[in-house]
Parts: sequence; structure tokens; C-alpha cells
Amino acid sequence: MCATATVRCGVIFQSRRINKPKYLRKENSNMAKTKRYFDDAENNDTDSKNANNTNEVKTYHVKMKPRVKFMDKPMAGNKIKHQSKKYAGKASINPEELAKHSRGEKLEGKGVTHPLHAIKLKKKENKYKFAQEQAARAEILLTENTGFLEVDEDHRTTCITQKVIGENVDITAATKIFDLNLEFGPYRAKYSRNGRHLLIGSKRGHLAAFDWVTKKLHCEINVMESIHDISWLHVETMIAAAQKEWLHIYDNTGTELHCVKKLDKILRMEFLPYHFLLATVNEYGFMSWLDISIGEIVGHYKNNLGRTPVMTQNPYNGTICIGNSQGLVSLWAPSVKKPLAKILCHKTPLTAIAVDSRGMYMATSGVDRSMKIWDIRNLDGPLQHYKLRSSPVDLEFSQKDMLAVGLGEVVEIYGNCCTQTVDKPYMRHKMAKSICNFKFCPYEDVLGIGTSGGFSSILVPGSGEANFDAYESNPFQTKQQRKESEIKALLEKIPAELITLNPFEVVEVDVPTLKDKLEAKSKLLHVRDKKIDVKPRHKNKGKTNIARKKIIKESMRKEYINQVIEVKKVLQPKETQDMPQQSFGVLDRFIPKTKK
Amino acid sequence: MSGLKIKVISRNPEDYLRATKRDIHKIQRNYDPSLHPLEAPREYVRSLNAVKLERVFAKPFLGSLDGHTDGVSSMAKHPRKLAVLASGAFDGEVRIWDLASRKCKRNFIAHEGWVRALCFTPSGQTFSTVGDDKTIKTWKSDVESGDDEDPVNTLLSMSVVSGISHHRDKPLFATCGENCQLWENTRNEPVKVFKWGVDSLNHVAFNQVETNLLAACASDRSIILYDCRESGPLRKVVMELRSNALSWNPMEAFIFTVANEDYNLYTFDVRKLRQPVNIHMDHTSAVIDVDYAPTGREFVAGSYDKTIRIFETLKGHSRDVYHTKRMQRLTCVKWSLDNKYVLSGSDEMNIRMWKARASEKLGVLKPRERTALNYADSLKEKFASHPQVKRIARHRHVPKHIMNAQKELRTIREKNRKKEANRRAHSKPGTVPVVPERRKHVVKEDE
Repeated sequence: MCATATVRCGVIFQSRRINKPKYLRKENSNMAKTKRYFDDAENNDTDSKNANNTNEVKTYHVKMKPRVKFMDKPMAGNKIKHQSKKYAGKASINPEELAKHSRGEKLEGKGVTHPLHAIKLKKKENKYKFAQEQAARAEILLTENTGFLEVDEDHRTTCITQKVIGENVDITAATKIFDLNLEFGPYRAKYSRNGRHLLIGSKRGHLAAFDWVTKKLHCEINVMESIHDISWLHVETMIAAAQKEWLHIYDNTGTELHCVKKLDKILRMEFLPYHFLLATVNEYGFMSWLDISIGEIVGHYKNNLGRTPVMTQNPYNGTICIGNSQGLVSLWAPSVKKPLAKILCHKTPLTAIAVDSRGMYMATSGVDRSMKIWDIRNLDGPLQHYKLRSSPVDLEFSQKDMLAVGLGEVVEIYGNCCTQTVDKPYMRHKMAKSICNFKFCPYEDVLGIGTSGGFSSILVPGSGEANFDAYESNPFQTKQQRKESEIKALLEKIPAELITLNPFEVVEVDVPTLKDKLEAKSKLLHVRDKKIDVKPRHKNKGKTNIARKKIIKESMRKEYINQVIEVKKVLQPKETQDMPQQSFGVLDRFIPKTKK
Repeated sequence: MSGLKIKVISRNPEDYLRATKRDIHKIQRNYDPSLHPLEAPREYVRSLNAVKLERVFAKPFLGSLDGHTDGVSSMAKHPRKLAVLASGAFDGEVRIWDLASRKCKRNFIAHEGWVRALCFTPSGQTFSTVGDDKTIKTWKSDVESGDDEDPVNTLLSMSVVSGISHHRDKPLFATCGENCQLWENTRNEPVKVFKWGVDSLNHVAFNQVETNLLAACASDRSIILYDCRESGPLRKVVMELRSNALSWNPMEAFIFTVANEDYNLYTFDVRKLRQPVNIHMDHTSAVIDVDYAPTGREFVAGSYDKTIRIFETLKGHSRDVYHTKRMQRLTCVKWSLDNKYVLSGSDEMNIRMWKARASEKLGVLKPRERTALNYADSLKEKFASHPQVKRIARHRHVPKHIMNAQKELRTIREKNRKKEANRRAHSKPGTVPVVPERRKHVVKEDE
């Protein structure tokens, strides 16, 4: 990230410094054709010819000058530099890649009055630019390519079935198309964050976790209760299941670790991996955020939206999006008891919401068979408005911004549907079972679908990110690495209070408080304490009225205190009057206690 | 179907897993920002952790050199050897220390009464001491035979001497007492005597860059500048209270800092003595000694309030404060020439060794450790002004007496400021001018 890059800067500047004499040496050798540095002693005559140049090489001090100036300055023997285009400098960077790694616009330094600060700002900007360039250059080191699916111009990709795909890809990839026929009713499925493990939970209590690539089963249990939602926690050794009454946490062998009775009747769950929060919403519209690292509930309040089984997280800022039966989508954070933002998306009840991984687009769908794409940062006007054949059961964005739409027994996958209107889906997959939910597998071209008859996994070429970052999530993680990264992640747990709409708020200047601070500082030197306005009713000439002033002040004070007491009385809830209770002797304990 | 092209992600595990158990793990990186969400809050948490760890590891005290039987009065650094330190005590004893093993190598009684000051010659072969017995003695640094233990040379001064400083390269040194005297080792009489109507001078220091320049602190609250090539003193600046010690900036020849009785340190520019360049506040009692780091960016000050403070040259308040329960009034402080350690001598007979940067790890750093520390440093810098980070970074535990004194000083300062503001508000505009703090403490400048 930025700070890493700033550290790296130092190294590169040094190497630049070393480059300069080399560059001069190159010119010199060009003059003497194929002269090498070890020829110096023999060819004295050529040396004397280039006396000027060699002299310059020798007396050259490696004093750091601003680079721009160095480039501007015409140097002796610079002609050769223009002639040899072979060494034109660094390779140019693809502007698209450069834009991808941009951290916002450059600050021009308007309003910076002091030249020293202007220089500092410029240096900082240079560092940011350098970091951006280095990150863009590092793209060349990526090893894998994104998948794709291409057909002739007169055909469409929509009609390509999984069978055709399976026949045309390599054997290992073909094994990723599979079906699990299970009999415990509608299944929900979720992948772990590195895309290696799969968790399925059925309405009728079947809970199973397995490594879906090697098909190795971690655990399989029946909880003998209905399961409403499931979720992986920060590592693949912990599973949360929202059961009929309470939230249960299991480990990867199926042993129950916790039963969280504070969270009851949960409908949907989302795990925020960087905050270690398990966000839940229950049947009565209570939202709670459970910090799973310390087992504390950091936010718990009612959202007043009624029963809302439509919930998703915005991975860009960690807020929770909830859609209700009025077609309203609201964004929530644990520290604020009111929605951070609200949008009226549909006029009918919402069926599904999805937010893409960069936090740019939100897809919503209602029972009126419509689907809308929104820019979640602006929240005005839908970008796209689609009418579908039936109302979607679920929506899901992939890492490469493909949108999967579940329509009854069919999954349609749209590519690039946010910025432009598409009329045909990129892919379509039909099943004989009704869909419950689906998830794209991270870092794989796979869509896993939980259905009424089990689970099925299909290939969607081009949907996954090909190159993972092992420090974020590593599909090939070893046990030791998992343990280490768990500790690292715990150390870097983001406090729940930092969940806001703009995640960069924490690095911005807190203008209002800064203003308050400055005002307070200027007030510190206030001239005199305020006086109480004393106006005696009639002047007693010749008599000192100090005593009277005192009396007035005292009376005013008393009046104020009385007022405060009265206000407090009004504000405080009336205590229930202690009625002389009838005593029943030993049976007194059955009398209901009054709440304090 | 014709023209069908399909590619799906299919990774060969061999490319991502190490071949043998002895290999290091392969770490695939992808710097795409969408794979690294929540960049700002994560960096903020990291910076908080970094600054907390810095405070956790802040253990500056390294050890004490004990052996003196009376309070340590002065110390001198060896110009060539990092591990050698000479110290003089109130009972006239001089000790030579080996800092690496923290042991005394040699000790002898040099003077009757105090050893007022010590200084090494630039070669480091000999060192000179001055004492209350009005003698200036020169000793050999290394003892090879029994004869070496006696002074090489003894000079008798007509008046009391209280300070000594050696020229950077010439065989010339200056002492101060009733007046400033320049000596050569080969002569019995001072080469030059500088007088400027002062009863006594308590500290003298040669500039190590502009080598002919020297400065002395006088007990009549003045600081006097001399040029050893001229016959008379150059300039003088009079402060409100007496200055106890003076140190030249080793990188900027025209800058020096004085430790003053009024709890402050003042950094002066030689070219503009009327107003100090900076005032360094924070001590709660008279500052006794000051010494610059070899980088010229920082200096250390020891005070009568039993604490050592480290200041940055360009800043008005201290970067760090060192104290221990047993350390009494400071008498002398030194910053080692490798810029890593601070040495302090105090009343209660001990010399203490401290780290110059409290949380620095001593010893060799592995490359990954180095990068991690660099990353932590740049994060700390990035979030330095964030209230939480700032609070943790600034927090120092100080003894109760310092805490109370600080509180008292703060109220006094606030009261004065308020009073001045009130006076200004209630008098004719312009009659109570705003005098900047830097102008307040200098009385006058004489040529």
C-alpha cells in the first residue's frame, strides 16, 4: 500500500543516483566505439581526444540534484543520447493499469502559502506517483490470465452448456463441474474467503463443510433443527450456523464451540473479515454485530424495517445493506442506530441485493420482475433498469463484476451489465431444482448453487480473479500460514466504530473539530468572566450595596438550582409509587418484582 | 460448435507450493486495490499498533557506571574511541571508563577539591583537567609504564579555572575562570588573556567547525564570543538569567545552544544574537548541561530537576524525557559520537548510559526486521497528527514532583498571558505591545 511504497522509494532513489555515472560512462564508450573500461591504459590517444569527457566523468560528484533539472540541462556529448533510441529510458506504462492503481487525484497545492510546505507537498505527490507507477509495473509479474469464453460472431455464448464447457477445458477444470444430490431440502452454500472450502447448510438441519477442490470432507452433522443461514468465520476451522432459536458456532470437526443465546431467530448473517464482526438480522428486525474475536456484541438495535430476509455486505466499506418489503434499501453500521443512507429502489418488496467487490455497483431486484443497477457511492438514479422473465431469487456479483441472477430454476449470468445495457445473458444454466442461493467462488471461475435438491457447481469462464494476493487470502495456504495470518489479522482488526460510508474518512482532516479546537484556543484568552447583570430596584444613596448584590446573586443562583431540580424531575421517569404491599409470608417470592 | 474458445482458471498446484520442505513458501502478490479493501482503516490500525509497540519497547536505560566516591562533576568524550570516557568528581578523582564492558579502567586523584572540567586533545593521546587548586594538568590517556600515571604537564594559573576546551587541530586550549585564557602546552604562561569586565566565567567551548571561534558563559548572565586570532572578545549577549553551559552545533557552525538557569535552553545564531532562533522549554528547574548529537539535529540536556530531556534542534519542546528513581540532580550530559547513546553524570556518584532513541533495537537487524521497522516508521509519520496516535506517542510518565512543577509552571504562564491580554484589552491600543516570547529573554547585545 501507500506506506510500503514510500519505504521503497528510498531504495529506488539510491539506485537512480548510481545510474548517473553509468549513463555517462556509456556515452564515453560510444565515442570510442567498442572501448571497454579495461582498455584505458592501452589506448591513451583516444583518451586524450576525449579529455573533456573523461575529465567530466572523473570530476562528477554524485550530488543529488532535482531530477527535472538534470534532464533539462544540456550536457557535453549529449548528441549521442538523442541518436541512440535503443536506450530510450524506462518502458512506458499502460495508462489503464496506471488508472487502476491510482489513489485519487493529485493535490495541486492551492492555498499552500509557505514555499517549504509546497516543496513538501510536491515531494509527497512524487512519492505517491512513484508508488502508483511501481504497482502498475508489477502487473507484468502476474502469472495467470483471466478466463474467457469466445464464439463466432454469428453465435452467442448464452447457449453454451456446461457439458460443452466441460468437454473443452482441461481435466482438472472439468472436475469443478459437479452436482451433489442431497435430500434435506433447500440448501444454502458459502465459500470461504480463499475459495478453497465450501459450507452447505440445509433448511432441515444438514450442515457440511468440505474442501471442494479435493472433495475432502471436514465435517457433516445434522443439527436436528432448521438452519436459516450459515457463514464461515475468519478461518476455515470455524463455522457459524443460525439455527431455529440461536446462533451456534462449530469447529471444523463439527464440535459445537459456542451457543450464542444473545442472538436469536436469525434470518441472515454476513461476516466482515477485517472487522471480525458477524453481522446478523433476526426475525423481529433486530440487527446485531458480534465481535467474534472477543465474543462481545458491539451493536444491537432494531432497524424498524420489519422482517427482512434480504441482506448483504458492502465489502468496500463494511456496511450492511438491508432491503425491506417496501422496496427500500438501507445501509447500516454498528455504531449508528439510524441508517447511514436509504434508497427507495423498487415500489414492490425486494427479493435480493448484491454489491460488487469494489463497492461501486449495487444490483437490486423486486417482485415486480425488475432488476436495477445503482451506483452505490452516489445513490441517485439507477444506472440500468432490466425487466426479467420472473422475479430473481438471488443476485451475486463475481470478482470480475459478472452478475449472476437466479430466476426460479435458471441461473443467468450477465457480463458487463452495469455500465451498459445488455440484452442477452453471457451464460445460462438450467436445473431441475429450484434455486435457494448461489455464490461465486473467489479466485476460481466457479459458481456454486445451493438448490432444493442439494448443491451444484458450474463453470463460468472469466468470472474469477486469476491472481490472488497471498497476504490477503491464499487458496494454497498451509496450516502454519493460516495460523500466522490469523494472528496478523487479529492484530489488525479494524474497530467497529470505523465502519462508515467512506472508508477513507479516517485519513481525512476532521474539519469541524479542528475548527472547534481553534475557536477554543482563541477563547482561552477571554478577557474577563461574564458578569451577572445586577439592577437594584431602587438605589439606596450613600449606602453600600455590596451586600445587596450578594443577596441578588445568591437568589439568582438558588433560582437556577431550583429550575434545574425541576427540569430533572420532569426528565426522570416517574418512579412507581411504593404501595404498602400485602405480605403473604413465604409466598412473597412469587410476587413479580418491579423493574428498576 | 466451431470457433469456440474457452479458458478457465486452472492453477497447477506445483507452481504455488514449495517443492521441498526446506524451501521457503511461495508468496504470490497482486497489488490490485480491489483485492486490498479498507486500505485506510487498516493502515490506521497498523499505525496505532506501531506507535503502541514503540512505547512498549521504550526502555532507554542501559546501565550505570558506579565507582566514584563523590558526585560526578564533569565528563569528556574521547574523540577517536567510542568506548572511552573520562569523568571527574567533586573529590578531585578522575576515572577513565571502558563503556563497552562498563568498567573503570583507571582512577587517580587529579586535583585537590573539585575537578572542574576535562577535555581530550584532538589526537586522543592526552587529556587535560582543571581543578579548584588553580592547576591545569595534562595526563596520558593510555598507561603503559608507571611513569605514565603522573601528569605529563602541569600549568599553574594565577586565578581560579573552571572550564577547559581544546582547539580542533592546533595545540591550543582555552580555560575560563576570572577571564578567558588561551594556552599552549609548551608555555607556562597563557598565550592570550581575554577580559570583558566580568567577575567569572563558568564554561568555555571551542567551535569544532569554525575552529577559531570560541564562546564562554559568564556569571553576569552573559554569553561572550571570542576569536582566538584576535586580541579582544568579539561580542556579548546578556540574558535575563545566567547560562550554565554551552554547546556548538557540530553541523551548523553558526548555531549554538545554551542551558539557562530559567529552566529553558536557547539556540542562538552567531550572526543574530539579539533574538534566539529557538527556545526549548520543558524542564522544570535550572538546566545544567547540554550536548549536541553528532548529527546536529538533536541535543540532550540535563537539569537540576533530576531529568534528562532530548530536544530536536528545530522544535520548542522535548522529544523524550529520561529519569530514574535513584538519579539525583544532573551535573553533566554527553551524546556519544556514534549517535546511539546518551551519558549522564549526576550528584549521586553514578554515570548512567541511555539509548538516544528509547525504543531502538540495539544490534544487527535482519533485512525483514529492517523493512518492517521502516514500514512502521512511515506509518507513524503518516498518521502522526491523528489524535489517538499523537496521544500515545506523546505520553510520558514523569515523577510526581515533575508533574506538579509542570502544572505549576503552566498555571503561572497562563496567568501571565491572561493578565497581559486583559491589560491590552483595557488600555489604549498600542500601549501594551505584543512582545514575542523569543524577544523576552534577551536583555541586550554588546559589540
